Amino acid sequence: MKTCKDISSLLSDSMDRPLTKRERWAVRLHLLICRHCSRFQKHLHFLHKAAERYYPTENDKHPPS
Amino acid sequence: MLGLPIENKIMDNNQLNNHRTILLRYALLQLHDEAVAEDAVQETLLAALQTGDSFRSESAVRTWLIGILKHKISDHYRAADRHYSLESSHEDEDPNEALEQLIFDGKGHWIGSPSAWKCPDHALEQDEFWRVFEWCQNNLSEQHARAFMLREMVGLETEEICQELAISHSACRVYLHRARLGLRECLEQRWFNAKRK
Repeated sequence: MKTCKDISSLLSDSMDRPLTKRERWAVRLHLLICRHCSRFQKHLHFLHKAAERYYPTENDKHPPS
Repeated sequence: MLGLPIENKIMDNNQLNNHRTILLRYALLQLHDEAVAEDAVQETLLAALQTGDSFRSESAVRTWLIGILKHKISDHYRAADRHYSLESSHEDEDPNEALEQLIFDGKGHWIGSPSAWKCPDHALEQDEFWRVFEWCQNNLSEQHARAFMLREMVGLETEEICQELAISHSACRVYLHRARLGLRECLEQRWFNAKRK
């Protein structure tokens, strides 16, 4: 049985390479019962989108509060 | 400054300088070499000035310029005879192993489970979000941040990143995973779950 840690690692992999059939099943099954990892998957897609759109801000002297 | 006639309709001198500053910072983040970054930016602006395209807004110009710059940066990395590895990174030891212990417990369960983010796309439109994003990115370990940027911003394949950072494939996978975990965690705390004025 794969843990959330294992699944999060596979979800990260899936951003970089196609998963094998076995991996895909493991992920799919896990996501059916785990909303935490389902959210993590959404967040990974968001990070990807944000990174694509990113450009440095004009002023980096403002750390977030 | 470029020694070029800048009567181009897509941007005036001031705009060009603004874009140039941003592009240079972007290139430096990715290339870690001032001279190489300067060249990439110069080439990008040249390419831009040579086209007659016109844009409605300044942010559209910037997005377009960053797009050109990304190509210049990935060309640079893909040129077979270039190697800009970090000297200190020839081992697979990851200095930031502790990160996972903060995120998962001994049984591999989330310690603080990811929360539902409200309207994440809305964040992309806000300047303040980008400052947080940048801050979080700078807060990752240098190697993790590099792996993430090379993958998600420059668009290199994992194999190319392994070569660039001189690490094994499995280490590369771990770096990317940890970079994403760290960045996600930071954005959640600093932006999505943060109480803002």
